[in-house]
Amino acid sequence: MNSLRKRIDKIKPHFMEGGKLSKLRSVFEGFESFLFVPDKVTFKGSHIRDSIDLKRTMTVVIIALLPALLFGAYNTGLQHFRSIGIDSGQLQNFWFGFLKILPLVIVSYGVGLGIEFIAAQIRGHEINEGFLVSGLLIPLIMPIDIPLWMLGLATAFAVILGKEIFGGTGMNIFNPALLARAFLFFSYPAWMTGDKVWIEGLTKGQNIVDGFSGATPLSLLAQGESAKLPSVMEMFIGTIPGSIGETSTIAILIGALILIATGIGSWEIIVSTFAGGLTMGLLMNLVAVNDYMRIPAYYHFVMGGFAFGAVFMATDPVSGAQTETGKWIYGFMIGVLSILIRVLNPAYPEGVMLAILLMNVFAPLIDYYVVQSNINRRLKRAKIALNKQSR
Amino acid sequence: MSDHVKEPMFSAKNLKLFTTPLGRDNPITVQVLGICSALAVTVKLKPALVMALSVTIVTAVSNLVIAAMRKYIPDRIRIIVQLVVIATMVILVDQFLKAYAFDVSKQLSVFVGLIITNCILMGRLEAFAMANKPWPSFIDGLGNGAGYGIILVIVAFIRELLGSGTVYGYPVMQKLGIYSTGYENNGMLILPPMALIIVGCIIWYQRSKNPDLIEKK
Repeated sequence: MNSLRKRIDKIKPHFMEGGKLSKLRSVFEGFESFLFVPDKVTFKGSHIRDSIDLKRTMTVVIIALLPALLFGAYNTGLQHFRSIGIDSGQLQNFWFGFLKILPLVIVSYGVGLGIEFIAAQIRGHEINEGFLVSGLLIPLIMPIDIPLWMLGLATAFAVILGKEIFGGTGMNIFNPALLARAFLFFSYPAWMTGDKVWIEGLTKGQNIVDGFSGATPLSLLAQGESAKLPSVMEMFIGTIPGSIGETSTIAILIGALILIATGIGSWEIIVSTFAGGLTMGLLMNLVAVNDYMRIPAYYHFVMGGFAFGAVFMATDPVSGAQTETGKWIYGFMIGVLSILIRVLNPAYPEGVMLAILLMNVFAPLIDYYVVQSNINRRLKRAKIALNKQSR
Repeated sequence: MSDHVKEPMFSAKNLKLFTTPLGRDNPITVQVLGICSALAVTVKLKPALVMALSVTIVTAVSNLVIAAMRKYIPDRIRIIVQLVVIATMVILVDQFLKAYAFDVSKQLSVFVGLIITNCILMGRLEAFAMANKPWPSFIDGLGNGAGYGIILVIVAFIRELLGSGTVYGYPVMQKLGIYSTGYENNGMLILPPMALIIVGCIIWYQRSKNPDLIEKK
């Protein structure tokens, strides 16, 4: 470790202003702060640098995502061997899925970080860890069979048009990972919906066992085949077809606990999203004109990407609401809209993505009105106090 | 009639009237007018080209007519007069398309009729034709129509090539044999939002080349 530090100190002057490699300064700083705690201190005023910097925040989210990722790998293998009717061991399942997911993760990080590096050089910004979480979220919300070039294209689209255009990390209006998914959803619907894309090998015309269906619970419901729905327990544990990281509600809940315990993710948003979903689910139960509306409201939590969206997407601190009251409104509306789109619009089997993207747009507006109403309330109080004094 | 020297028809000033709307004062990317039709008719190159031509003709001729009668139009009812002229032109163009290019006219459907409400037209009449002589007004109309058309053609080219794999109906992507590599047409480029994003990218490019076009904060 020490020799590494010495080595870095030795080449450091080349990258500082006036050095021959000063153009690559941000690349150097990026790697330095990746390896060591940056030695930056504030020079003026009474600012305190919190040790929870962007890097640590991002690392916590990555840790919170691990259960979903690991289970996703296991489930990918499980679904694959199930579809071809082979009884496989747990480890075999995991290893198979792991090897299938790895290229997706590499492409997502490669393309995203590549663009971030280039953008940082052009702007003369520091390289930051802004893409660390998005880069892992993107593969987790993809179907396993998505072609790699599509994934790369979507990542590039999301990073350039969703993030860099607005000024880079912390300035984006939309959640970049969801933007990548939305791009693919509208660009190549054949690869993003249907019964075949969720299980490795099905799109390549692999032989499958008779009676096996790769349909997700949501598409079963959208097709009106609620009788074929897997049991709640299966959906809760996550041994069902779906996007890589979103099938297992329990793995996501472990992640949620990590996020809440460390204070990184907003528990208000998570709770209110679930509350919104439950409210809309119960409302649907009251209407109950078809099978989809009659399913118990809590089913919505374990099906599709609802839990994943609520825990990892809605809580994005950049694109979500910032004020306390705003977070409750923001989360609640995400829950309501998700279920509304799911149940009432057969063209979009999963509504969580669109609901969160839509509420991303409204988050600043919600915050604005929360802040304004607070200002007005305090002004009123000040006026009353003033009146009493003058009397 | 007038004392001053007659200006040549293609003076530098008149030529500039034609060239500025192509770039620096483009109706779509700088004035941000006529966006709706730019999103609607640019799925394919052919309708976009026909639309661009129609708008150019209508703008140029209405500019000419309004400029010729600008001194006789009462100020209070000028919008009505302008609309009558535009509407007449649009109906002529519409009938012409129906007679000689029926399938394109069907593809463009209401958007030919909606040229009447295209902001570029009213904008040019109000801003230019009401205050200038017929000939410069005619050139100004041609320039603005062409500026609109350039953007339409660029957007339509990108959308048709990547969204449908063709250029002016010719299956380029298929002839190149790209599909066998696993490439697929991008469905989002067929949808109007992508046209907006492409126009946005053109604006981005143009302003990064001409920093003085960037709006002050």
